[in-house]
This record gives sequence, C-alpha cells and structure tokens, in this order.
Amino acid sequence: MAKILIVDDMASMRKMVAFTLEGAGHTVVQAEDGDIALKIAREQSGFGLVITDVNMPNMDGITLTGELRKLPSLKFTPILLLTTEAGTDKKMEGKAAGATGWLVKPFDPDKLLMTIKKVLR
Amino acid sequence: MVAVNMDASRHQYLTFMLADEEYGVDILTVQELRGWQETTPIPNAPSYVLGVINLRGVVIPIVDLRDRFGLERMEYGPTTVVIIVKVIASGKERVLGIVVDAVSEVYDIANSDLQPPPDMDGAISIDFITGLATMDKKMVILLDINRLVHEGILSKSKSPMPATAPATEAA
Amino acid sequence: MAVDLDQFKQIFFEESFEGLETMETGLLGMTDGETNLDIVNDIFRAAHSIKGGSATFGFTAVASFTHVMEGLLDEMREGKRQADQTVINILLESVDEIRTLMTAYQNREDPDTDQAQLLQQKLEAIFGGSGNTAAAPEKESANKSEAAEENRLLGWHIEFTPHDNLLITGNDPALLLSELAYLGKMTMVMEDGALPPFTEMNPERCYLRWKIDLLGVNDEGTDAAQTEEAQIREIFEWVEDECDLVVKGIYPERKASDRRAGDRRQPGQLEDRRQSDRRTGPRRPDDKAPAAQPTTIRVDTNRIDALIDMVGELVITQSMLGQLGEDFDMSKLSRLKEGLEELERNSREIQDAVMKVRMQPISFAFNRFPRMVHDLSQKLGKKIRLELVGEDTEMDKTVMEKINDPLVHLVRNSLDHGLETPDKRIAKGKDEEGVVCLKAYHQGGSIVVEVSDDGNGLDRNKLFAKGVERGLIKETDVLTDEQIYMLLFAAGFSTAETLSDISGRGVGLDVVRRNIESLGGNVDVRSVLGEGTVFTIRLPLTLAVLDGQLLKVDGQTYVLPLNSIIESLQIDPNAISSLAGDAEVYQLRDAYIPMVSLSELFATGEEKPRGEEKHCALLVIVEWADKRIGLMVDDLLGQQQVVIKSLETNYERVPGLSGATILGDGTVSLILDISGIIEMSTRVREQAMNTRRATGKRNRVA
Repeated sequence: MAKILIVDDMASMRKMVAFTLEGAGHTVVQAEDGDIALKIAREQSGFGLVITDVNMPNMDGITLTGELRKLPSLKFTPILLLTTEAGTDKKMEGKAAGATGWLVKPFDPDKLLMTIKKVLR
Repeated sequence: MVAVNMDASRHQYLTFMLADEEYGVDILTVQELRGWQETTPIPNAPSYVLGVINLRGVVIPIVDLRDRFGLERMEYGPTTVVIIVKVIASGKERVLGIVVDAVSEVYDIANSDLQPPPDMDGAISIDFITGLATMDKKMVILLDINRLVHEGILSKSKSPMPATAPATEAA
Repeated sequence: MAVDLDQFKQIFFEESFEGLETMETGLLGMTDGETNLDIVNDIFRAAHSIKGGSATFGFTAVASFTHVMEGLLDEMREGKRQADQTVINILLESVDEIRTLMTAYQNREDPDTDQAQLLQQKLEAIFGGSGNTAAAPEKESANKSEAAEENRLLGWHIEFTPHDNLLITGNDPALLLSELAYLGKMTMVMEDGALPPFTEMNPERCYLRWKIDLLGVNDEGTDAAQTEEAQIREIFEWVEDECDLVVKGIYPERKASDRRAGDRRQPGQLEDRRQSDRRTGPRRPDDKAPAAQPTTIRVDTNRIDALIDMVGELVITQSMLGQLGEDFDMSKLSRLKEGLEELERNSREIQDAVMKVRMQPISFAFNRFPRMVHDLSQKLGKKIRLELVGEDTEMDKTVMEKINDPLVHLVRNSLDHGLETPDKRIAKGKDEEGVVCLKAYHQGGSIVVEVSDDGNGLDRNKLFAKGVERGLIKETDVLTDEQIYMLLFAAGFSTAETLSDISGRGVGLDVVRRNIESLGGNVDVRSVLGEGTVFTIRLPLTLAVLDGQLLKVDGQTYVLPLNSIIESLQIDPNAISSLAGDAEVYQLRDAYIPMVSLSELFATGEEKPRGEEKHCALLVIVEWADKRIGLMVDDLLGQQQVVIKSLETNYERVPGLSGATILGDGTVSLILDISGIIEMSTRVREQAMNTRRATGKRNRVA
C-alpha cells in the first residue's frame, strides 16, 4: 500500500479522495494548496503517488507538477492531475510539465481506485 | 385506520404495564430505562407533562402515560420506571421519558400476527395504536410511539396559557 | 467499494456557497465595461470548482449549467469579451440560479431546472450559441460505433514501443501491461533489441518494446473478443505521446496485419471515454427522507490550538488536585484552595475559548448587501453607494443567523424610503449618490450594528399624523421625537407614500423589533429631517451563556437574566395599591409598577383562599423595552453564569421561558423570559378587565 499526497483547495474533493484511498488501505497526506504540497514533498519522502487538482489559486496543479518533478525524490513518482477540462490543452500542458496522467471529473471512488492501479507499483 | 402489513417482517417490542394492561413499543425507539427522579415542572403544561429532567446534559421532558391515557395516577417511587424513547416528531428527533408502572417483556412479533385495534372508547385514540397482539394468551397493545408523541403529547400542550380572551374588543 | 459520499457533499455545499459568494463579490466589483483579469480568473476558478465537484457528487443540473456559464467566463478570461452590464447582470442571475439549484440538492429535492434552462439559453445567446456544441458529436459517434460491428472479432494485437522518456513521466510499462491482462488472455513478447551496451545504458530511459496478443479468455473470464479498442487505448491514454502504439483487431479470415483498425478513429476513442464517464459519474440524489443537515462552522486553527493548551492546563490542575486528595489533611488546605481557584480560572478560560469558536466576523452577514444594493438601486432608479464598516467585528454564529433578516429589512427600508431619487437629491443640493452605511462594533458586552443613510430623514409631523390616523396615538398626546420615531416599529405602520414591493407593505419593522428583542437585544432610531436616519441594533455577544440571578418561587429555582434587573427590594405592604380590583401596582418613588406574581402566572402555587396569596417577601424590578414590572419572588439566591439549553430541542417553546439550564447539583432550572412574562401578564390583566367590564355591563342591565 502506498503513501499518497493529495492536493486540492476544495476540501470536499480532497477529503473524498483521501477517504477513498484510506479505505483502500493507503496512507494519505493532504495539502490544501501548491505551496503546502511542495513543503510537504520536500520534508517527507516515500510518496508512491501524487494526485493534484489543476484548478487552484496561487499555484495551479500544472505548475506544481513541474516543481515536484524537480525534486529528486519525486522524479519518477506518478503524478495524476484532477481535471475537468474536456479539451486536450490542459492535459498536454500537464504532460509537458511531467504529469503521469489524469483523472477526469466527474469520477467516483471506484473509478479513482481503478485509475490509480494503473500507476501504483 | 391502521394498515396491517401482511409480510413476514418481524419487530421486537418492549412491553410495559399500565394499570392492568400491557402495552408495547418498538424496541428500536427505546434508548434506556431509568428510575424515577424529581422533575422540574414546566409552567402551564398539561398535567401529564410532569416536567423536565437533566439526562446527561440534555433537557428532556417526562410524560406520565397513565395520566395521558386517562388512568388514575400512581405514586412515584423507587420502583417506578421511566422509559427513555427517541422518536421523530415535528420533523425532529426528540428524546423524552415516559413513566410506566413496570417493564414487562421483550416480544418478537411478526407484523402478520398483528390484529387491527377495535374501536375502543377511552382516552387512547386508535390512531396511536399500531395493532394488537396476543402473547401467552394475553393481549398486548402496541403503540405507535412516534405518532403518540407528535400528535398526542406535543401538539396537545400547545394551548397557550393563560387562555386568551376571545378577541372582542370594545371599540 | 461503496463509499458514502454524503459527508463530503455537506462540505462541498459549504464550499460552493462560499465560491458563489466569491463570484458575486467579484462580479459586483467589476465596473461597467472594464474587465479586471484577476477578478475574472477568481470567478472562473470558483465556477470551475463548483462544476467539477457537482459533477462528481452527482449534482448534474448544477454541473451542466455551470458548464455553459464557464464558457462565457472563459471568453472573458481570454479577453474575447468585455464585462458590460448585460454580461455582469446575467452572470449575477446565474450565480443566483446555481445557488437555488444547490439549495435544492442540499435539501434532497429535485431541482427545478426550468429557470436554469431559460438562463442557459440567455447565456448561450450572449455566448453565440457555441456553449452546447459538445453534445452534438457525441450522438453522432454513438451511431458510428454501432456500425463498427462488421466482422466477428477474435481479439487484439498490440505493439507497444515506449519512447525513451516514458519513465520520466512516472508511468511504468509493467503496470500498463498488467492492466491489459484484465481485457483478455494475454501473450506477450518483449524485444530488447534497442538495449544499448551496459556501460552506455541510462537507467532513466526505457529501451524495450513489447508485442502483445489478446486472444481468448483470461482467468477472470474476460474474453478478448468482447474487448473494445477504446478500452485498450484508454490504458495507454496517458502515454500516447511517449510511445508508438499499434492496436489491430484479430479476425478469423484475414490476418491481423491486414486490418487498419489501429489508426482509424480518434473520435471513437474520445466518445468511449465519455460514455464511461457517464456510467461512473452523475447519480441522482437518493430519495431518502431528508435528514436534518448538521451545520458546521469554520474555526481558525489558532483558536483550537489555544483551546488545546487550556485543556492541557486543566489536566495539570486536575492531576494536582487528585494527588492532593490522595492523602489530604488540613495542613494542605491552602494548597487545595489554590488548586480550586486554578480550576475555576481554567474553566472560565475554556468557556471563553469555546465561545470564541462560535464567533464569526459579521462580514458573513454583510456580504449579501453589495448585491442587494446593486440590484435594488437599479430597480428603484436611485444611485446608491454602500459602505461597510467594522466587517471584522465578531459575533456568535447563532446571533448572526438570526440577525440577517432584520438587517435586510432595515437596509431595504433605507433604500426604499430613506434615500431620495437623484433628481430630488440634486434639488436639495446633495450629492446625487446616496450612501447607506452598515457599521458594526463592540460596546461593553454587546454588539452594535448601525444601519444609516443620508436620505430624507424621518418627518416628525408626518409620523405623528400617521400615528393618529392609525389609532396608535391620540392627537392630544405630547410625544418626544424618540417616541414618535418608535411608532415606526408599531404593527401596521407604513410611511411610504407609494407602497413598493421592496420593503413590503408596512409589515416588517414591528417584526424586526420583535426578532431583535427575542434575541435579547433592542433597536432604536435617530433621525434628522433632510439629513438622514440611523437605526441602531444592540445585541448580546452570545446566546449560549447568560449571567443569571437565581431566585425561588414556590420551591422552584428559576434563573432571571441579570441585565434585565433594575433593583430588588423588600415588599412594603403600604406601597401596594390595587388598581381596578385584581391588578396591583407598587409605588416605587414616583412610579407605579405593575406587580406580577410568577406563582399565579405559572400556576405553580397551591390554591389559596383569596386574600392570602400575597406572601412573597421580595419584589424584583425588571425592565424590558422601556416597560417595567415587579416580579414577586420568595427568595433571591446567588448570581451565576449559566449555559442556556433550549426547551424546544425535546419539548417545545414555553411562554414566559427562554430556555433551561443545568445547575451545579445537576437539576434543571428554567430561565425566565421577561418580554414573554410582560406579554402574558398584560394579557391576563386585559382579560380580567374584559370580564369585569362584561359583568359590569350585565349588572347595569339588570
């Protein structure tokens, strides 16, 4: 079971994702914005997965992805973007910044768990 | 009108005595049993509302069911039992205590064994009765406690006191 | 895995309402024709969050409506559209609509989407109709996928060649391949031909490629023949650009390599993903009986930390006292006293801190007014500026919830009746723009909220005439300005020459006053004709605790709010005079004060023969809204702070009582409601008078 960092300024989404992942036996660390996420990522190690919302104030999820990828500990760690963007622009931007993949809202707990199976080692 | 459900579902009922009759309430509504304790009377409440008590920091009313059903009141003493029930009334969960003579049994009764109540004269409207059941050759009257509290206890105490004079203003 | 989403829905509702407020504030901050990109971005982000969340939590009506709104916002964000008044107004309407839809979901009702559709059409009209194009191709391609059922498909042949940068995106070929195994029986060949000599190998790169056949039934019983190409593509969706992927169908007659299924249909792939989204996404709200929604409160973590510190101190004090009790003797008395004092201080501090948890800045209540003033000033054709002062002033959440409606009423009243139209203002030499000011501050143990305007002010003579007309006062009455102004708060009093639908039809200010008084507060009004009016509301800081005077009547202990007590005195029988039979008044210096027997009013005393009942020793003079009465009580006990418990939680409202509390010995004591008692005793008196009048008449007739 993995240690997972989840970043979302919306508490409802963040907690729902955390609750689902914890229910599946994972350890979850929550961050409510990009700055906090970066701080946590610098201070802690052993993350097996990062899930971040794209649409956040101050630092969006794509910028955050780019920053996280710069950290040696997260160089190969899967990073998934939570996005509602139907278009491919954001996804491509995300990929360019180093994201592993994305999870398109709406999603439910089952889909979330299915999706992370694709990247969790 | 009481609809008697003919399916096989069963309910457990806690029964208690009032005068010589045995009454039952759905055991799921029963929160706990307590002994009698002094109540703080509520001004201008109906006589069957004995007052309020402190139940672990929550203020709950205590109702004398004998009085409510028009039976003669009993002295309250160490053997008096107060059944604390949690009901849904006026769209809210409410906790209150009902004073009974003694707690009797817990019965498992199938809905299909319930008889519709006959037209009884007396203080209990048949609206408050789910049905009648015969256990060990005795009759048990099963109460719809939610309805009893909602329509038979809370709404009855609403009459403002002192009673208002008819609105005949001398002009 | 079944996860109950309800708990997160509640958080989501709160976040959404906050988001809507952000949107509203932002929209109101945009002046006509000028697009402030920061604000637009904020609004867009809020809308976007609401859209994503509502789709996830199954609030489809909100999700689809927000989607259209977002399109318009996106254009503004990209500078393609200016924020003119039409656009701002329709966006404001949209905010309202989302709020309505959201409220319906929160109450577990089916949202009424008619209004939303109407608005959606308006939005689309502005937006050039391009907002709903997404729906069209979806249908088209659905037909196409049906047509794909041509030949009997046996399975799939896949060639997967990762680019050497695939690992750096966090993807793992092994995981991708094991995903494939869910879709059918898999056979796989790995080619390592591209693998460089060991010394030249970069461990961050991927040099391998795979050829996979999905053919037949796997261990889970999934037949590769039933697998759709899109399912395979979906597995590789994230690595599309980091690999070469060939997907070909395997058919009985022809060889797999003859088919060009692999590079055929981008649109099909998109379409299938959408369908799977639809399957897993929106659900209808279940039709459970509406449960009471728990209300939550947001608390600054500093306050919680402070609370935890204090509890820590309490624990220390408790263990100190515990040790002391182990082997106590009188020599340790002073330490015991110290300990108890410490305990008292701890409890008091914790109480204060817990109360602070409930304190919220009044800006929560003020926030709705910019919008209201904006809308109403347009409707009334007045130019109005709203000023907010002291928005950070904190008050108890419950008080705030209850003060909302009175505030709305007073502000509406100012907008409607107080402020003049621009031409009238100019004629008077005033600035054509009127000002309404909401101001909050603390004063002693109260919070004061003022609603002021620089409008016409109250016209003493007009009010007086109206009061006479309404039978509230007599022409001969001599009244101070203050008394005349208070007529505004009398039932059925309206001064507007033309009634408008804004501040109602004269119902209201009396209700406002009653609401405020029921909170233990009061309201007054000051005015200068031609210059303006100030309504001042005073409220207790909190409703949860009360400084009380304990007293005894008929053996029962009651709590009287300390701040309502003027004085208490020994009853001097000579000072009692009977007015009209039953009613008695007490002469206190120059005033006659009606005496009220709680024993009679509450019918708690035993029936006594007439003439013997007035045995109470003490009279407590209390005041409420300028009315004074004397309560007859048997005994006064101590004063203490009590925590107010509602009687309505498990019982119901009782006239003359504002609640109950639990005393130190665990018994319940009832809290007296002075305004209620005055009302009750007045009614009793009137009743008695009516009966006497009636009997008197009868006697005369006889």
